[in-house]
Amino acid sequence: MAQLDVDLVAADRKIWSGQASMVSAPASEGEIGILPGHSPVLAVLRAGEVRITPVSGAGIRGTIDGGFLSVDHDRVTIVADAVSMTAGASTR
Amino acid sequence: MAGQQRVYRQRIRSTQSLKKIFRAMELIAASRIGKARARVTASTPYARALTRAVSAVATHSDIAHPLTTERRDTNRVAVLVATSDRGMAGAYSASAIREAEKLVDQLVAEGKEVVLFLTGRRAVSYYTFRGREIAQSWVGQSDAPTYDVAEDIADTLLARFLAPSDEGGVAELHIVFTQFVNMVTQVPRVIRMLPLEVVEGVAPASKAEALPLYDFEPSPEDVLDALLPRYVRSRIYSCLLQAGASELAARQRAMHTATENAEDLIRDYTRLANQARQAEITQEISEIVSGADALAS
Repeated sequence: MAQLDVDLVAADRKIWSGQASMVSAPASEGEIGILPGHSPVLAVLRAGEVRITPVSGAGIRGTIDGGFLSVDHDRVTIVADAVSMTAGASTR
Repeated sequence: MAGQQRVYRQRIRSTQSLKKIFRAMELIAASRIGKARARVTASTPYARALTRAVSAVATHSDIAHPLTTERRDTNRVAVLVATSDRGMAGAYSASAIREAEKLVDQLVAEGKEVVLFLTGRRAVSYYTFRGREIAQSWVGQSDAPTYDVAEDIADTLLARFLAPSDEGGVAELHIVFTQFVNMVTQVPRVIRMLPLEVVEGVAPASKAEALPLYDFEPSPEDVLDALLPRYVRSRIYSCLLQAGASELAARQRAMHTATENAEDLIRDYTRLANQARQAEITQEISEIVSGADALAS
């Protein structure tokens, strides 16, 4: 099955990067969910929670305070000004 | 004669303690530079993602954005000069300031009015001493800038760029900073930040993999509105990080040279002291001998 290559980056560091089966993020006009095979999109994000479901392991949640998200060819890049991880990222 | 010896001994002692200080500063700079370079590396994924996104928007739509259009309603231009907070870094601050002065002269010759924004105490004291007007300055963390400071600087400058001309708006923004090439080479550089030229960093699209047709959420204008200020912020942040790394490298090199100079001085003074001691002994001997001669005859 196709997978997503996900990069979650903050202004001063890379927070998380890896393979995932699903990503959901708070776009400016409502939650956006990305599955493999999604059409290319550039979306503005508002403050809210980003959820990443990795291929293996527990889900990852982080609170961001705005940023944007780009998807192309199953590469997902979430760019946030500041991220605070609520679950998952500290274990890897 | 004994006085001469004592003076030399004193100088040797004081130079020795100076040498210890220089050595300590060199080691501190050397240990901090690793962290500074790590920060530069850590900020690149963000910058790369932003550059990609900006070039994607730029290739897909030519939307005029206030940040990319030239302003003609004012001849005021802003110059941001990044220097260090402390000295002891050789010519680091001096060469950044010299570059800035060159730029200012050139801009003034073009009939523009320069508004100065400064980071680092050295630049502030340079321009304050010469009685030049400073629009705003940021001091206190030149060797380890945080993103918050970069954001503050960027927001101030963006607000200036977007302000109407009668409220102090500026038509251009130039940044003078020191580019960190490697440990031995740091070059003062001038870049024109605003209005943005997005051509830079646009990856040449290879034929095999055309840039995808993006959907913009909610609209291209809104995406550009969100992207461009972030792009400016990240560029300014990277300039500050580079300047910080350059400062530490310059300081390390300057302190290394100072340590070596102190060693040279100590060697010279030791020789002079030995010579003085020898001269004293020789004189004493000749005094004794001539005294004995005078008694014997």
